[in-house]
Amino acid sequence: MHAKVRVQSTINGEPQEFLCEPRQSLLECLRDILGLTGTKEGCNDGNCGACTVLLDGRVVTSCLVLGVEAEGCEITTVEGLAKGNELHPLQRSFLENAALQCGICTPGFLVAAKALLDQQPNPSEDEIRLWLANNLCRCTGYDKIIRAVKQAAIEMQEVNT
Amino acid sequence: MKAQEYTVVGTRPIRHDGADKVTGRALYGADFQMAGMLYGYILRSPHAHARIRRIDTSKAEQFPGVKAVVTADDFPEVADRMVDLGEGDTPLSYARGNVLAKGKALYKGHALAAVAATSVHVAEEAAGLIEVDYEVLPCVLTAPEAMRNNAPIVHDDLTTKEFGEQTGRVSNVAEHFRYAMGDIEAGFARADVIVEREFHTATVHQGYIEPHNATALWNNDGRILVWCSTQGSFVVRDVTACLLDVPVSRVRVTPMEIGGGFGGKIPVYLEPVAALLSKKTGKPVKIVMSRKDVFEGSGPTPGSYIKVKIGARKDGRITAAQGYLAYEAGAYPGAMVAPGAMCIFAAYDISNVVIDGFDVVLNKPSTAAYRAPGATNAAFAAESVVDEIAEKLGMDPLDFRLKNAAKEGTRRADGPKYRRVGCVEVIEAMKDHPHYSAPLGGPHRGRGVAIGFWFNVGMPSSCTISVSADGTVNLVEGSTDIGGTRTSIAMQAAEVLGITAEAVRPTVVDTDSVGFTAVTGGSRTTFATGWAAYEAAQDVLRQMKERAAKIWEAEAASVVVERGVFRSGDKSMTFQELAGRLDQTGGPVVGRGAVNPRGVGGSFSGCIADVEVDPETGKVTILRFTSVQDAGKAIHPSYVEGQMQGGSVQGIGWALNEEYYMSDAGSMMNSSLLDYRMPTALDLPMIDTAIVEVPNPGHPFGARGVGEANIIPPPGAIANAIYRAAGVRMNRLPMNPPAIMQAIWSQRD
Amino acid sequence: MTLPKVYIPTLLRTLTGGRASVEVEGTTVRQVIDNLDRTWPGVRDRLLENGKLRPNISVAVDGEVTPIGLIETVGPASEVHFIAAIKGGVPAPNPHQRL
Repeated sequence: MHAKVRVQSTINGEPQEFLCEPRQSLLECLRDILGLTGTKEGCNDGNCGACTVLLDGRVVTSCLVLGVEAEGCEITTVEGLAKGNELHPLQRSFLENAALQCGICTPGFLVAAKALLDQQPNPSEDEIRLWLANNLCRCTGYDKIIRAVKQAAIEMQEVNT
Repeated sequence: MKAQEYTVVGTRPIRHDGADKVTGRALYGADFQMAGMLYGYILRSPHAHARIRRIDTSKAEQFPGVKAVVTADDFPEVADRMVDLGEGDTPLSYARGNVLAKGKALYKGHALAAVAATSVHVAEEAAGLIEVDYEVLPCVLTAPEAMRNNAPIVHDDLTTKEFGEQTGRVSNVAEHFRYAMGDIEAGFARADVIVEREFHTATVHQGYIEPHNATALWNNDGRILVWCSTQGSFVVRDVTACLLDVPVSRVRVTPMEIGGGFGGKIPVYLEPVAALLSKKTGKPVKIVMSRKDVFEGSGPTPGSYIKVKIGARKDGRITAAQGYLAYEAGAYPGAMVAPGAMCIFAAYDISNVVIDGFDVVLNKPSTAAYRAPGATNAAFAAESVVDEIAEKLGMDPLDFRLKNAAKEGTRRADGPKYRRVGCVEVIEAMKDHPHYSAPLGGPHRGRGVAIGFWFNVGMPSSCTISVSADGTVNLVEGSTDIGGTRTSIAMQAAEVLGITAEAVRPTVVDTDSVGFTAVTGGSRTTFATGWAAYEAAQDVLRQMKERAAKIWEAEAASVVVERGVFRSGDKSMTFQELAGRLDQTGGPVVGRGAVNPRGVGGSFSGCIADVEVDPETGKVTILRFTSVQDAGKAIHPSYVEGQMQGGSVQGIGWALNEEYYMSDAGSMMNSSLLDYRMPTALDLPMIDTAIVEVPNPGHPFGARGVGEANIIPPPGAIANAIYRAAGVRMNRLPMNPPAIMQAIWSQRD
Repeated sequence: MTLPKVYIPTLLRTLTGGRASVEVEGTTVRQVIDNLDRTWPGVRDRLLENGKLRPNISVAVDGEVTPIGLIETVGPASEVHFIAAIKGGVPAPNPHQRL
């Protein structure tokens, strides 16, 4: 039995403390220890993006981050996008544009897209596709996802002007 | 429904499960938690073909944290018999065998044993301590090889069946069937041009992002409770009960949200294993497949060897067509070769046809359905040959197809005549689409087209609707929602009741709580479960008309309802007003619908693909792509478009990159999402869609199933585009860069 | 008087003297099969097992696969086809065990 390590981090703006084994990934910690099951496992080797979270603002696949590496970090998951009852513009735009079918990849896309819009408020179609290239979707063919990100970008810019 | 103008059907409401799905609150199978839950891990065969002499689980059982280990010996002993769990009869031993192998491992990845422990890491470590004594046997990995007389035999008890007749010949060919119509020799004799080609397609996987998962609890009252992501909770119930030799009433399946299926989540893999582990431990046991397990231990779709020969006259009329389809079933019989044979020439009116189909077992994972199973392979072959003939005759490829297009009354090779179908309309929509006449603008570019057909299915569905006092309704149904169907079903009920889609609250429930409902698959859900909802809504209206009559002290027959307003004489009441008065007029109103509908309408689909082929690397870039499909009536156009786009992109991946790259020893060398290369956002342009609506005369709203037909034409269209871009006709899938360069170099020599 | 027309699956045509279709009396699929077998013995055993349609065989009457098999009504001018029981990857409902 591997001795557990205490990890302290900030998750979706709230301080969180948890115990985990050194071999457990951040993805496992989020889902199985903290009950934040919104982040999904699709491949466990960094190739599908379903487990995408933000780690100190960086887009990472949480299956390739160890839980112990989250010590002292700020983590954003899909559960942290909405403000109380109000959906994030990306979340609303995904629904309005039917940018999800089975929805399993959606949390990863939303987190990755949020990071994109934080960095580049007016991305072109090519920039959106490049940024989201590590998020696999098997249902939609990506078309409506791209449109949803574009629409959210426009909406968020209008709010800011 | 008399009105052709609908209020709800044809609009684009937000899906009812939307808030949950974009906030991460929606619970998928792997998210399920239960007190005391243990975690399971499955040990899989490293060999493609081996006799299992002995399995010693003792060391694993003693490993700290391990609570139980099971093998096939833990299945209750029962005399082998035939069971109907899929496409026809199968021996119970085969059905159990794929879940936990007995006697022989038939493919690399074949499940042999399972461990339940306090964590998945402990279970995996302990599984490494299970000792298996194998006698490795020679393996066979392609259909032509498996069909040879001296091929290694996969099942000693499998004999070839020829349309209902057992030949008694032990072989790897489980079944040979033939469709024949007219006089094929006379047909070819009349042809001015004949093209005959061979094709090979590699095994591909449905590629759903969510791996298989299941949690089972063998409860203290003897009931087996299951929570899983599945396309069919009643299938899981029936198969689990059958394999464990218990009555179906003992099993309850609660469908969790599902992260993609495409046919691959119809077979049952984990539930019986989890149940056996739960029986031994007295605790709930959750098993989730790894991505590697998904590739090696679930059901990809058949690779195939196909020969197509088509003859046509100078004026463009096809005079004869012949097909030979040998499909890899994998380790157990049941390749979807018959649907491939039904669809291969289904878009054309041909009087002289012969199609031979072979269901061939070999040492690969046992195949499952993949979105229009069997038809994509067949269309790649047929549409390439059609393209070649059109070129030889100097005809535009769409005009050639129009000249031969199937119509109402055309007879298909498997026998039945078409009812009203939209093949002509789809081809004309392709011709009229701006894409078809747009300039290509550059060297090494080409445009290709292809069409395809899928028959769609009906099958049973059930639904109940309860009216709330505020004029909204609860709708209970049993079709797991993979792509937004709870909303398309709710919309049909809303249309009947004259209320908004938002006023309907759909829920997908467990197998105890709703009448039998067949799988979410076969493009049936919006069609059939929608019909059950339609019937339930009509039942609600019937009852509410009686209540209105009571209130107005009038004859029930005098009450009419239209678009949610009840009228009798000069009196009227809205659905909402009447709903508020049900309590005082006799109590709750609950409507029910249970259907096994006929009137299934097939769907034709076509696509136009523009590609650019890099002559130095063979890389194919999709420049522009348009998908056209006959939806009959698009209940929710956004989700119809979504199906067309999703199926198109799966077809693009199938065409260009996806394959099981097998070693000679039968091991998949690319069992990760890095090397099993599915399209990413960066690989694709926007996917334009054009929905054609040739109403299905059989359905209340004219709907046809749309989920599947759209995956069929892309590989053929892309092959035809590559020919125009690079001058080579590809006869293998995938058409990846090495394959294209090989073809270009061969041509140069 | 018109009679229902039964289309003979290719691999069974050896039993019907090579005929691709045969006109046969009957008002249900079962009757049609029984009458077919009277003239062309052996056909029924290839289509039925233990009195039921073989699980890998479906019946289409007038172009539509019938969900009720042998008890489906057949009209005087109907076409009857026996085709592979394909449900597009969709398993048939399992015959349920006793409680």
